[in-house]
Amino acid sequence: MAKKSNTASVAVPKKKKSFKDICKENIGFFFILPWLIGFLVFKLYPMGASLFYSFTDYNLFKGMNVIGTLENYIDVFTTKKITTALGVTFKYAFITVPLKLVFALFIAYILNFKIKGVNFFRTAYYIPSILGGSVAIAVLWKAVFRDDGLLNGLLGIFGIEGPSWLSDPNYALFVICLLRVWQFGSAMIIFLAALKGVPTDLYEAASIDGAGKWRQFFSVTVPIITPVIFYNLVTQLCQAFQEFNGPYIITQGGPRNSTTLISLLIYNSAFKQYDMGMASAMAWVMFVILMVFTIIAFLSQKYWVFYSDEEG
Amino acid sequence: MAAESKTKHYVNLFLRYFVLILVGLIMIYPLIWMVGATFKSNAEIFSSIGFIPKNPTLEGYKAAMQNYGGAINVWKAMLNTFSYVIPKVVFTMISATVTAYGFGRFEFKGRGILFSVLMATLFLPQVVLNVPQFILFTKLGWVDSSLYLPIIVPTLFATDTLFVFQLIQFLRNVPKELDEAAKIDGCNAMQTLVKVIVPMLSPAITSIALFQFMWSSNDFMGPLLYVNTPAKYPLAIFVKMSMDADSGFQWNRILALSLISIIPSLIVFFMAQDKFVDGISAGGVKG
Repeated sequence: MAKKSNTASVAVPKKKKSFKDICKENIGFFFILPWLIGFLVFKLYPMGASLFYSFTDYNLFKGMNVIGTLENYIDVFTTKKITTALGVTFKYAFITVPLKLVFALFIAYILNFKIKGVNFFRTAYYIPSILGGSVAIAVLWKAVFRDDGLLNGLLGIFGIEGPSWLSDPNYALFVICLLRVWQFGSAMIIFLAALKGVPTDLYEAASIDGAGKWRQFFSVTVPIITPVIFYNLVTQLCQAFQEFNGPYIITQGGPRNSTTLISLLIYNSAFKQYDMGMASAMAWVMFVILMVFTIIAFLSQKYWVFYSDEEG
Repeated sequence: MAAESKTKHYVNLFLRYFVLILVGLIMIYPLIWMVGATFKSNAEIFSSIGFIPKNPTLEGYKAAMQNYGGAINVWKAMLNTFSYVIPKVVFTMISATVTAYGFGRFEFKGRGILFSVLMATLFLPQVVLNVPQFILFTKLGWVDSSLYLPIIVPTLFATDTLFVFQLIQFLRNVPKELDEAAKIDGCNAMQTLVKVIVPMLSPAITSIALFQFMWSSNDFMGPLLYVNTPAKYPLAIFVKMSMDADSGFQWNRILALSLISIIPSLIVFFMAQDKFVDGISAGGVKG
């Protein structure tokens, strides 16, 4: 093979590609160059630096010593505060993500029947997703879940004395979870688009076979939209592991650290104690955990996600 | 038999609307209550769960106009927010489109591996980047810069990968014959981008602009890390600071401030609802 091309290049007068030609062939590269620079400067370099910092005792004001051991990482897994925060983060993710997906799918399913005013409902459900991340909504959440707030006022009408949602460690995390679950609208819209794409003849076939509405839902609808369920699952999981605004603004991590999610602890460690080394180590542990979950999700696809391309 | 199935049909119909309205009410009522509460006196706010004020007052709004520490008020904060949100939106539109064009339409050395890198960064959590980016921007002297450099500059380089990804997806449905026709007509790659691709992509570009506007206006972490001077506070920080300054007694003021702070987002949302819905559906369907 190599020989052949050699002789060929002898036969044809050797034509060296000019710089201009190379540029022309790879012109696409120039279009992605800004992105590449951005990736190197604002993502890859910081990631590398962070990995390095995680092995140091870098303090923003005191300077940096390389520890050269796994000390920070050992601390991450042995300091009670950090392991608790990891636990709280898992709890948060495992409450929020399923609840959000179930709500989103359930409401999308109902909206997909020929409902009058579907646009009105869709808007109403979607508004919280648009505003939910803002400080304003966190403030509102505080007003709703105060001891004499909106929720306890409502419970009072039914003669129920509501708990102190925000100062009781048993409930505070739940309040933070609800803030995210309340924002199920964007996931719902993605589900709705997917449900619209399910061919109606499949429902007809199922209904001829005597399948009721619930049966149709679980044996026709759900399998067809598994790719979208998967997409929502992964994006929501990534989001849940990074939740910061809710606990930072509403509960400041309290009461008794019951809402100190790992991202809040990383923030406190880096920007309150200026312990960049420790914060970096925590961030990397969180990153690896999230990566493991994502990889598990991707690997699990072949057991439950059906891509129509493969079938057809 | 027929009557029975008809009853069943109506029961089903009733149940569907019942669930939709009940859930919708639970979702929206806090927001309605919030609007009402801004017109209540502080004594009234938590005395009932109704949203209509008994003695409507503007005292919450009057208090909301007050200066904070002499350096900033709510309108200044709103102006501050826009002064980085608008450049962010414009830069994102340009940089994401150019990047999507490069990946979507050209073959070049290393395209495969770079595309994988692009996809991988979709899953890169910001939490991991916060600490080293903060150190980087500190070294560059950008923290607390009057031009909000750490917040704006990265968007010049298409760092919001999700938007690039969405545009690439959209670009797949734009026929390549259009590019070729432009080439025959003597357009170079840049002219093709401006004259052919951008017009075809404009719905998708609008959609990413809208999302970037929403997300940047609501963003809290960015300004929390990079803005320290009260005179430069954006709304997100201003509302938070006002809440900390007088927690507990001036709720009508805080809620009025909060409401004012989300009004620009609400206006944009109601003006372009369908674009949001289309954008979000397009991102998800492909999975």
